[in-house]
Amino acid sequence: MSDRGFTPVASLNPSLPVGRTEPLSSVAGYAAKLFNGFFEWFGSLGIFSWRVLQAAVTPPFEWRELIRQLDEVGSKSLPLVAMAGSAIGVILSLEARYSLSRFGAKSMFPATLVYSVIQVMGPVITGLVVSGRVGAGMGAELASMKVTEQIDAIEASAINPYRLLAATRILACILMLPLLTIATDAFALLTGWSAQAMVEPLSFHQFIANGFNGSTFSAFLPQTFKTTVYGLIIGLIACFQGMRTRGGAAGVGRAATNSVVLASLFLILADVVLVKFILVFFP
Amino acid sequence: MATAYDIATKHAEPEQDSSVPVVAVENVYKSFDGHKVLNGVTLRVGKGETLAVLGRSGTGKSVLLRLIIGLEKPDSGSVCIHGQDLAGLGLDRMGEIRKKMGFLFQSAALYDSLSVQDNVAFPLEHHRRDMPKSERAGRVRQLLAEVGLDGDIDKMPSDISGGMQKRVGLARALALEPEILLLDEPTAGLDPISSAEIDELILKLQRERQMASIVVTHDLHSARTIAGRLALLNEGDVVIEGTFEDLQQSDISFVKEFLKQS
Repeated sequence: MSDRGFTPVASLNPSLPVGRTEPLSSVAGYAAKLFNGFFEWFGSLGIFSWRVLQAAVTPPFEWRELIRQLDEVGSKSLPLVAMAGSAIGVILSLEARYSLSRFGAKSMFPATLVYSVIQVMGPVITGLVVSGRVGAGMGAELASMKVTEQIDAIEASAINPYRLLAATRILACILMLPLLTIATDAFALLTGWSAQAMVEPLSFHQFIANGFNGSTFSAFLPQTFKTTVYGLIIGLIACFQGMRTRGGAAGVGRAATNSVVLASLFLILADVVLVKFILVFFP
Repeated sequence: MATAYDIATKHAEPEQDSSVPVVAVENVYKSFDGHKVLNGVTLRVGKGETLAVLGRSGTGKSVLLRLIIGLEKPDSGSVCIHGQDLAGLGLDRMGEIRKKMGFLFQSAALYDSLSVQDNVAFPLEHHRRDMPKSERAGRVRQLLAEVGLDGDIDKMPSDISGGMQKRVGLARALALEPEILLLDEPTAGLDPISSAEIDELILKLQRERQMASIVVTHDLHSARTIAGRLALLNEGDVVIEGTFEDLQQSDISFVKEFLKQS
């Protein structure tokens, strides 16, 4: 992407806003600055993505770091998504029982819970929880490495930081999000059923049989595997924000906050597109 | 005794023209956010030679080292390693050139999640994947013994002093047996005894390994001890380049002032 060969990580540094110390001459000037910043951010993200893609598909592959990141993103997020899933299961169970009772449709409870969890809540809740835990962690870790010159040291040692640090983390997020989503769904269904079973007798076997009655795997697979896109968004934004950090401890804090906020925002926006996409291609 | 690995890697190295400087910085300009840092710097360093780059804070000494190892790119001018211009090089070729360089950062820049020995092993693990584990561990111990830290291999960077961190950084910089050593303020922030020890260590390494070295420093005493040639930077350009005696005999007011205050 560079006209002069290799591209050091330092070239990712955002330029300091010109005129930060000068008073804004007009509203138009402020708008122009915002506009420029917006396009500069997306341009830099595009260049960063291209470098990571190049690094990810060319050897040597960093298997050991990838396995470490799979553990970091996957198994260490499991307790959190399990708790979030459990809470969502109970909430949906309470809400669904109340709403369905009002319309005399209590028999629809299992299907309502299964569809609500697997098609809507499970993927989004998993994405947001992982975005909070992993996005902030990755953003802060990489930002801290950047401001203490550890990323420069990696680069100076002739090791590609895009491959070692970014590609492994992004790939780990992509691979782990669907698995974590399945875990969230399982815990939500289990606690949703438990909450219902405490009020009215309902066997787990009957709950599952009624819940999945008439549905096929294709009804649930796209909803689960769309979270690979969430993983891409979380990993990409956290690594990008971390590796372009400037400005010491304050910069590290900003990188962590921005990673979570932007990843969560883009995740929800992406969901709008993904839901429409799934409805069109997997009706 | 040379191992089979040493022999194989030595034979794989291409022949180098001894008349070409190992490091050649030609008329380099560099600015950051409109602020001019380097203003037409030209420097050359040959094999086995040590150049100390002196100057006030903010005159672009560290930026010069970052340009040489490719962490920054010049706005104009060229940086050549063994006659090869770094501009336009692909990442793979740049990586091959960086393997011939060792860089000691001013802050040491140790990987804070890795122990002392893992920090030194890091370049070997990535570039000497075919090296047997036992041989790699032996090499790490040998490097740490050279810098006098063989008793602290399991400590974390946060558990050792600044001087010890610099030594670990130096051992890491030497891991791939570089032909070029770039040292950014190796004695900054150290007490006089630690500074003298680091200077002695650098001199010993130069005697044993015949590397081309560039040392950026504020410390005139240290520069005089470890370098045969000194270059004084002011406002992004080389004011004078020569031996310490050349600097002493200079009529340039900035040189006189610098020597007087040092």
